[in-house]
Amino acid sequence: MNKLILGRYIPGDSWIHQLDPRTKLLASFYYIGIIFLANDWKSYLVMTLATFFMIWLSKVKLGFFLRGVRPMLWLILFTVLLQVFFTTGGKVYWQWGWLAITQFGLSNGAFIFMRFVLIIFISTLLTLTTQPLSLADAVESLLRPLRVLHVPVTELALVLQIALRFVPTLMDQTTKIMNAQRARGVDFGSGNLFQQMKAVVPLLIPLFVDSFSIAEDLATAMDARGYQGGDGRSKFRVLKYHRRDGVAAAGMIVLTGLLLLLRA
Amino acid sequence: MTEAIQIDHLSYTYPDATHPALADVSLDIAQGEWVAIIGHNGSGKSTLAKNINGLLAPTSGQVTVAGLPLTEENIWDIRAKVGIVFQNPDNQFVGATVGDDVAFGLENRGMPRDEMIVRVDDALEQVNMSAFSSREPARLSGGQKQRVAIAGIIAQRPDIIILDEATSMLDPAGRLEVLQLIQALRERQSLTVLSITHDIDEAASADRVIILNDGAIKESGTPAEIFARGPELIELGLDVPFAERLKHALISRGINMPAHYLDEEGLVNYLWTLHSTM
Repeated sequence: MNKLILGRYIPGDSWIHQLDPRTKLLASFYYIGIIFLANDWKSYLVMTLATFFMIWLSKVKLGFFLRGVRPMLWLILFTVLLQVFFTTGGKVYWQWGWLAITQFGLSNGAFIFMRFVLIIFISTLLTLTTQPLSLADAVESLLRPLRVLHVPVTELALVLQIALRFVPTLMDQTTKIMNAQRARGVDFGSGNLFQQMKAVVPLLIPLFVDSFSIAEDLATAMDARGYQGGDGRSKFRVLKYHRRDGVAAAGMIVLTGLLLLLRA
Repeated sequence: MTEAIQIDHLSYTYPDATHPALADVSLDIAQGEWVAIIGHNGSGKSTLAKNINGLLAPTSGQVTVAGLPLTEENIWDIRAKVGIVFQNPDNQFVGATVGDDVAFGLENRGMPRDEMIVRVDDALEQVNMSAFSSREPARLSGGQKQRVAIAGIIAQRPDIIILDEATSMLDPAGRLEVLQLIQALRERQSLTVLSITHDIDEAASADRVIILNDGAIKESGTPAEIFARGPELIELGLDVPFAERLKHALISRGINMPAHYLDEEGLVNYLWTLHSTM
């Protein structure tokens, strides 16, 4: 579990940390979008420099980002190799039957590699510098216009908030049940696939039943504290845009302009 | 003095139960009173609490809270006046952080944000949890979570606080802390406290103790009156305070002890005079 970097939050108070989560969320999506604009070495160089500048701004160690790439490494290599061997055009360096390493193949492979790495870096940057809770707030705030279409945004936000809040609680509960079942002789994670699947049942069913009882207690407590549905509620936590959010947006526009100018 | 809670011939039967959980319970609680309800498991204590703020609707009988009869229309007004702290601190924590959780009840009432911030800070201050405002529940201890639950209730400024076995999952230190907190709150404002408990020390600090047995009120009186019937209580599946147990142990060893209930201080004083006369 600890190996997974994507989705982890590293506390800090850097420039990036202090950005409004909505800005960060939108900017990340936008950035991933404009990565696809880059199509030659100059535009890729600009994107790489921009990415490293943002990583530097976040004051998070580069190691975290590299570890974020690791689980995707095989997929990246596979795609890059496909590109290298199956793209034709330009000078031919090596050929064997229908397999060929060509000039275009190599450059395409390099570009795909950069594209993957930059996308992973930027999404890692988003999750490393934003608390899951703020992300949930950002999603709620950004979805708010959908209320016109009768999408129950406040209810969805509450569901998201409660789900996030109960993740650690249910994790603890899972560990507890696993240990309790181990103490009674259940052997998790050994044997063939079928045996392993069967061993999960004494973990899954108590967890399921537990969730029901938690849900009931929680619903009672919410009722007792006057929860009457999403309408007419005020909000304790509000998001506010600051000057730095404007700066970030301006940065994105400048970057787009630069890319459009430089791309082949 | 006005009555905070009036319960008039209340009966409640759970949908598929054969026996009523509560049978013809009548009870008046004065404003500012601390009433402890004790009884063995399944005696109907929690059912009573849920009938008071309308989480359950009485099968028959009438409940009046702060002059308002409990009906479909004013159920939310009553819930604003009655705050319940439940047993399991983990399962009643709604918010993603301590501050959010305390604000939850206020959000539900559509309170403006400025006022909400003041109230949340004030409530956290009162339970001594100000430094934890942005903490997540997973990183709090059971006692701290329970204090946050109490802060969430006092932020709503209720007239009545019901503690539904609120201290049962805490260690002795945490339990004492919560009780002292409630006591301090009660001194600051005229708060009616209804505590449902298995903890005998909690019951001993109440103004009045009510014994619930199989859905009916068995006995009602001051802690001194109730605890003086030591052996009877044990037969009902309840415990007696330590001083009372010591008194009975001394009586069985042939030492002359008064029949009325002695708290710890009273017992010490009595033993001291007993010794000096010998």
